[in-house]
Amino acid sequence: MNRYRYRRMKNNLASALALACVVLALIPLIYILAGVVSKGAPAISWEFLTQRTKGTGEPGEGIGNAIVGTLLLIAYASAIGLPIGILTGIYVSEYGNNRYGATIRFFNDILANFPSIVVGLLAYALVVSYLNVGFSLIAGSFALAIIMIPIVANTTEEALRMVPNSLREGALALGVPRWRTVLKVMLVNGRAGVITGSLLGVARIAGETAPLLLTAFYSSFWSYSPTEPIASLPLTIFRNYNSPSEALLQQAWGAALVLISIVLILNVSVRLLMRNNRRRSKAVKRTWKTRLSLKV
Amino acid sequence: MEDKIVTEGLNAYFGQVHAVKGVDIRIPRNAITAVIGPSGCGKSTLIRCMNRMHEVVRGARVTGEVLLDGDNIYGSQVDPVQVRAKVGMVFQKPNPFPTMSIYDNVVASLRLNGEKNWKKLDEVVRKSLRLAALWDEVKDQLDASGVSISGGQQQRLCIARALAADPEALLLDEPCSALDPIATAKIEDLLFDLKRNYTIVIVTHNMQQAARIADFTAFMYLGELVECGVTKKIFENPDKELTEKYITGRFG
Amino acid sequence: MGVATLTLVLVWALVARMIFDSQSSIDRFGASFLWGSSWNPNQDVYGALPFIAGTLTTTLLALLIGVPLSVGIAIYLAELAPPWLKNPLSFVVELLAAVPSVIYGLWAMYALRPIMADSVEPFFKSFLGWTPLFQGDSIGLDKFTAGVILAIMIIPTIASVSKEALMAVPDSQREAALSLGATRYETTRIAVLSYARSGIFGAVILGLGRAVGETMAVTMTIGNANGISWSLLDPGQTMASLIANNWGEAQGLQLSALIEIGLVLFVVALIINVFARLIVGRFMKRIPAAGGGL
Repeated sequence: MNRYRYRRMKNNLASALALACVVLALIPLIYILAGVVSKGAPAISWEFLTQRTKGTGEPGEGIGNAIVGTLLLIAYASAIGLPIGILTGIYVSEYGNNRYGATIRFFNDILANFPSIVVGLLAYALVVSYLNVGFSLIAGSFALAIIMIPIVANTTEEALRMVPNSLREGALALGVPRWRTVLKVMLVNGRAGVITGSLLGVARIAGETAPLLLTAFYSSFWSYSPTEPIASLPLTIFRNYNSPSEALLQQAWGAALVLISIVLILNVSVRLLMRNNRRRSKAVKRTWKTRLSLKV
Repeated sequence: MEDKIVTEGLNAYFGQVHAVKGVDIRIPRNAITAVIGPSGCGKSTLIRCMNRMHEVVRGARVTGEVLLDGDNIYGSQVDPVQVRAKVGMVFQKPNPFPTMSIYDNVVASLRLNGEKNWKKLDEVVRKSLRLAALWDEVKDQLDASGVSISGGQQQRLCIARALAADPEALLLDEPCSALDPIATAKIEDLLFDLKRNYTIVIVTHNMQQAARIADFTAFMYLGELVECGVTKKIFENPDKELTEKYITGRFG
Repeated sequence: MGVATLTLVLVWALVARMIFDSQSSIDRFGASFLWGSSWNPNQDVYGALPFIAGTLTTTLLALLIGVPLSVGIAIYLAELAPPWLKNPLSFVVELLAAVPSVIYGLWAMYALRPIMADSVEPFFKSFLGWTPLFQGDSIGLDKFTAGVILAIMIIPTIASVSKEALMAVPDSQREAALSLGATRYETTRIAVLSYARSGIFGAVILGLGRAVGETMAVTMTIGNANGISWSLLDPGQTMASLIANNWGEAQGLQLSALIEIGLVLFVVALIINVFARLIVGRFMKRIPAAGGGL
């Protein structure tokens, strides 16, 4: 075979291999989704979603308290994480063009990829141990908030970065005080970024198990108290994944189905929102320009 | 003697944009043909059709024929890879491979073809760098990175690299527009020497450059070939009024 | 905006607290903790070596499997995919990162494990069984399986950052190679991959960082055995899985030792992530489809 034909062959082989890699990576995804749906669907019923886990495998059990638990954890975590994340994002994007801002950004990026079990340990160290609150909802939320902050901060910063500087300069030139410009810019343009960031953050923490293992532990009861352990969807899965009881195993699959549905819906929503935003931000930029020029 | 490259009814599109409209041009062999015209007239697109580089852009397509020594390079059985090995190209901004040494840059095309004999490679390096008027300046730093030399030298390196592939024709797309006058002069000189053995097509927005070095000149406007002929005639006594207007600087 | 600093300060404060909590363990074992090889709650003897080894093994295996696949995916997405396919496909690959770790573990337990135990491991045993790496029974809950699931989990990270690195290579480079008569594959090889190699390297380090800290899926597949062994087919334990497995019941010295392990993990993860961040720089993409959950 002459050299040219050999090169052609290598080219085609390489292209095929690259495609094969993609297919190979997609197989587990499809397999997992299919598995969770097929094994989890039989478990779903109104009773399943509303009864509490007893851990005994008797009929009449459900994951209701786990669902509520996850929602509570998310709520508390967002209450802490969203404001801090947004403010950090604003700071870095608007005021942080110096070394200090760069440092914050640096650590933010690092924190974003940090092993969550270590975050759990940190939360344990502070809330459970030092403040002596014990395994609790608040400890879990604290850990989740730490995980959430970099995500929200990042998306906020990026959303703000997309706002052209001419807008800010225009407003400042009109004599609008700095903080007011920031506020206005945030409300109009940054809103989208904040929403996507929050959704991404929620999607991430909904599935977190390790930090909860160390901080919120688990509870088979309906619990709303911040200082008591609390059930959650990921932990329901973990507790029951190798249980000999068929019913409990079923519980795990059912919880997995609910969890992955939440996560997928959030992710797809974010994607759709991001596409909308890109279209909208162009339109908004135009209206801003006309608004500013009218004033002048 | 037949012309080296001939286009017949060549049309090139970027999606819906009709960039080259029904161009019939003849490029004589072993001579320098310049393509001039205002920005956006399609001259770069035209030459990119001559080595099947135009179609690399997503959404781009070509209709019509381009004959290289009588064979249509857009024939259904023809592999663009082979066409590009025969017709080399030098781009507006020098683009040597930064992760390769000067030596490796020059012999890149030979290595692709499996040449391992280092004596042969050495010889090609010497010859190509000499042709590109770069040998004396870099012969002691062949191991240096391809981007460690000046812009003008990088462009000559790209020319050497293209020549090392032993092409039948060389296309240059505004090769001097990113360079200073001294570097430009060096390249113009070397092109003048090269034309003895190579067919050269050069796109330039600099009319004086065309007048200086080209044997033939083609003038394009808004995608159409307005006029093509011996350089002297185009500049001193053009047939078309549009050509005259451009030459005398009334537009573009 | 002191709020931003708040996070930083907080994190360091927590680290300090962690050190405090592991004090008794540090006092007892000192630096030899790092190479102590037995973990015995009954005798109150603790050493980190088996778990450092476990983390290393699974991580290395994950990289071995995951990096080539990820680069292949990145090349396909950046260079070969038709434009209408590119974005949706990228999204789907990123979706792999959104699946919570515990669900990966669940799936691995019931779908991956049988495949590993019945097909893959016997296959490797049959012609590599003479090496110390493939001794013992293949029940499927071992370092090999943990490595495989870990590989699947780090692929989206490495692939998307690599893809960005490849897309950042200017088209002029590709044109240079193509105009010399290079095939698509050759162009990618000589012009694109070499140009992007530092970005790809950074992507791999990021994947490494993720693999080191990965907890749940590993815990559920690695078999929970606290000794050191060479064979990939033997169960093992990583630093993260040790903590996850033993947290509930641990107290006193054991708890302190566990926290110290956490400290080691923290330091390792910090070093890796700092390194990655320095290499990849600012074009490191924010977490794309962040569902994850380690």
